[in-house]
Amino acid sequence: MTLTPIQQDIPAQVPVQELPAQDIAALGLRESATFDRATIADIQRAAATGVYDIRGWGAKRRVPHFDDLLFLGASMSRYPLEGYREKCDTDVVLGDRHASRPLHLQTPVTIAGMSFGALSANAKEALGRGASEVGTSTTTGDGGMTPEERGQSRHLVYQYLPSRYGMNPDDLRKADAIEIVLGQGAKPGGGGMLLGQKITERVAGMRTLPVGIDQRSASRHPDWTGPDDLEIKIGELREITDWKTPIYVKIGASRPYYDTALAVKSGADVVVVDGMQGGTAATQQVFIENVGIPTLAAIPQAVQALQELGVHRKVQLIVSGGIRTGADVAKALALGADAVAIGTAALIALGDNDPRYAAEYSALGSAAGFYDDFQDGRDPAGITTQDPDLASRLDPVAAGRRLANYLRVLTMEAQTIARACGKSHLHNLEPEDLVALTIEASAMARVPLAGTSWIPGAG
Amino acid sequence: MVTLTIPEADMPPATAPEGIPAGIGVDLDDSPVRELNQALHDAVDGQSWTVTSPGGKHSLAVGIDADVDVTIEGHAGYYAAGMHQKGRVTITGNAGVGLAENIMSGSVHVKGDASQSAAATGHGGLVVIDGNAGARCGISMKGVDIVVGGDIGHMSAFMAQAGRLVVCGNAGDALGDSIYEARIYVKGSVASLGADCIEKPMRAEHLEELAGLLAAAGRTEDPAGFRRYGSARNLYHFHVDNSTSY
Ligand SMILES: Cc1cc2nc3c(=O)[nH]c(=O)nc-3n(C[C@H](O)[C@H](O)[C@H](O)COP(=O)(O)O)c2cc1C
Repeated sequence: MTLTPIQQDIPAQVPVQELPAQDIAALGLRESATFDRATIADIQRAAATGVYDIRGWGAKRRVPHFDDLLFLGASMSRYPLEGYREKCDTDVVLGDRHASRPLHLQTPVTIAGMSFGALSANAKEALGRGASEVGTSTTTGDGGMTPEERGQSRHLVYQYLPSRYGMNPDDLRKADAIEIVLGQGAKPGGGGMLLGQKITERVAGMRTLPVGIDQRSASRHPDWTGPDDLEIKIGELREITDWKTPIYVKIGASRPYYDTALAVKSGADVVVVDGMQGGTAATQQVFIENVGIPTLAAIPQAVQALQELGVHRKVQLIVSGGIRTGADVAKALALGADAVAIGTAALIALGDNDPRYAAEYSALGSAAGFYDDFQDGRDPAGITTQDPDLASRLDPVAAGRRLANYLRVLTMEAQTIARACGKSHLHNLEPEDLVALTIEASAMARVPLAGTSWIPGAG
Repeated sequence: MVTLTIPEADMPPATAPEGIPAGIGVDLDDSPVRELNQALHDAVDGQSWTVTSPGGKHSLAVGIDADVDVTIEGHAGYYAAGMHQKGRVTITGNAGVGLAENIMSGSVHVKGDASQSAAATGHGGLVVIDGNAGARCGISMKGVDIVVGGDIGHMSAFMAQAGRLVVCGNAGDALGDSIYEARIYVKGSVASLGADCIEKPMRAEHLEELAGLLAAAGRTEDPAGFRRYGSARNLYHFHVDNSTSY
């Protein structure tokens, strides 16, 4: 919206918010920290429409994160590995606790569950291509498995969600792993959502829904509640797949210590913990920004549960929510994760928020770098859309290659750090390699504040 | 291996001869559930299996994908005949939570009662419960047909997307809450209807459809004695005026 200049000496055609900050201040205008412009716009939008704001992406507020940790690197008492000569392995085995056919991935960076429906078929194919090229897995989502995705993904994780859209035993048997979804970091306790613009004939058919409706998925599983039932449910899925297929349990980070322990007790092979920054295709903004705990706070709690049960590294831990760089990967692993999953970053690698579409983002009332209307189906980059014209803009081969490039960079960056810390495998990174920059991060990650031996809350 | 009650050498041929039931027995006092299910996954069309001493065990006869007849003599625990795809499963006793959950096709028949979430998320096929069914019968059903001889519990057909639910007795509270395109037929009383579920007129095509379902379930009720319920379709789109309905 355009503000009306109140001062006589401002040319009326220059909106105040386009002036440099010091000029605004010079006019005597002061923005409220409590009611900042985004907050004011939110209130105005709510008053105008009477409906809460639904959007994609993850939490946009700043929370303690991997940026607040640093690696110590090698020194007198720790020997580094030669950067380009000495081996630093990156592979990971997922699901060997009970399954006879565990996954063996070449990099611990996996692609998180994002549904066909939320994403275009081309985007799903591109994810499969990119992941397969570097030997990692992709994951289906709330809407079933597409042939494109199965065809292009060497390792495909099949999500088992409350909605059970498109769930069927044939796909279950085709899956390389099954992920029982209890929650998502963006919305622990919330069900899925897909707005009418994206419920095309194909999406509706896969989900057995009328075309064009605003879909709201259930937030609770229809045939089990609680850990005792979950144990029986996992037993059923194992029986159907003849104990071959690894079973993951995905939780949104809220009480990760208890949830991880209960997932292990229920028989999970792998626990996936998704922090509050985790992305979503469509969720109420109030939910995204206010429910759940940061990824950084969730990891040590989950690891503690695994260690206390004596299954750390036996029941693998996959962490997601705000992973962007190889440093983030290395930090998650050092805190005890076996692998990570990426959603938002993978979409960006495919082409999401690309400045080449600046004009079109602007026409949608957004901008490259800000676009989060994944729910809306008009994604100029052709990723979060079901519009055939928009979707055709994304070349799945080229986008897959970009994703593979990005995954390689993440892996090499993590290796760089691991070698500097003297580790011959990414999994040898440990909390001892880390310090925290802030008291908050120190307390959450349970590593000492840099330059001290102090961990708030410990001992 | 499953303990067979007939010697291996006398195993029925892959395709049972016309008219001669190829009976294979499995006693769950002797064999673990894993062996039963593996044997059923390896089964071939036309076989007939009898499971004795089920003892309320969970996940019995799940993921069947061959045109076989399976009779479970007694009570089954959770998820009996889960993700059923082909053939017929009959349970002579009661069934626990999630009977025939996500059934795709084929049929499952329980002679006693079924617990919560019977036929949950079923995509196709027929589930017949001669007795009563607990809460959430037909929750998120996606094309399955369900016929219940007795009553059903609360929140049945919650978010039911497609398929038909027939209740010869009474229905509990919040029937068909947030229902999509599934159709519900109830002979007795309905304690209350859930959000966006309304009574709809019984037209000739509904009487005909119901007659077919009752006949398939081996029931003798007169279709004329039933009422039909379905979606008012008011909650299909987020709208400010619906905010109190959610
Ligand atoms: C477009 C989009 C669609 C998603 N769909 C699903 C889904 O269907 N099921 C699910 O469990 N999580 C879903 N998620 C969450 C991701 O699986 C993952 O938890 C999250 O993106 C990780 O955080 P990150 O985006 O910061 O990497 C989705 C995320 C995005 C961005």
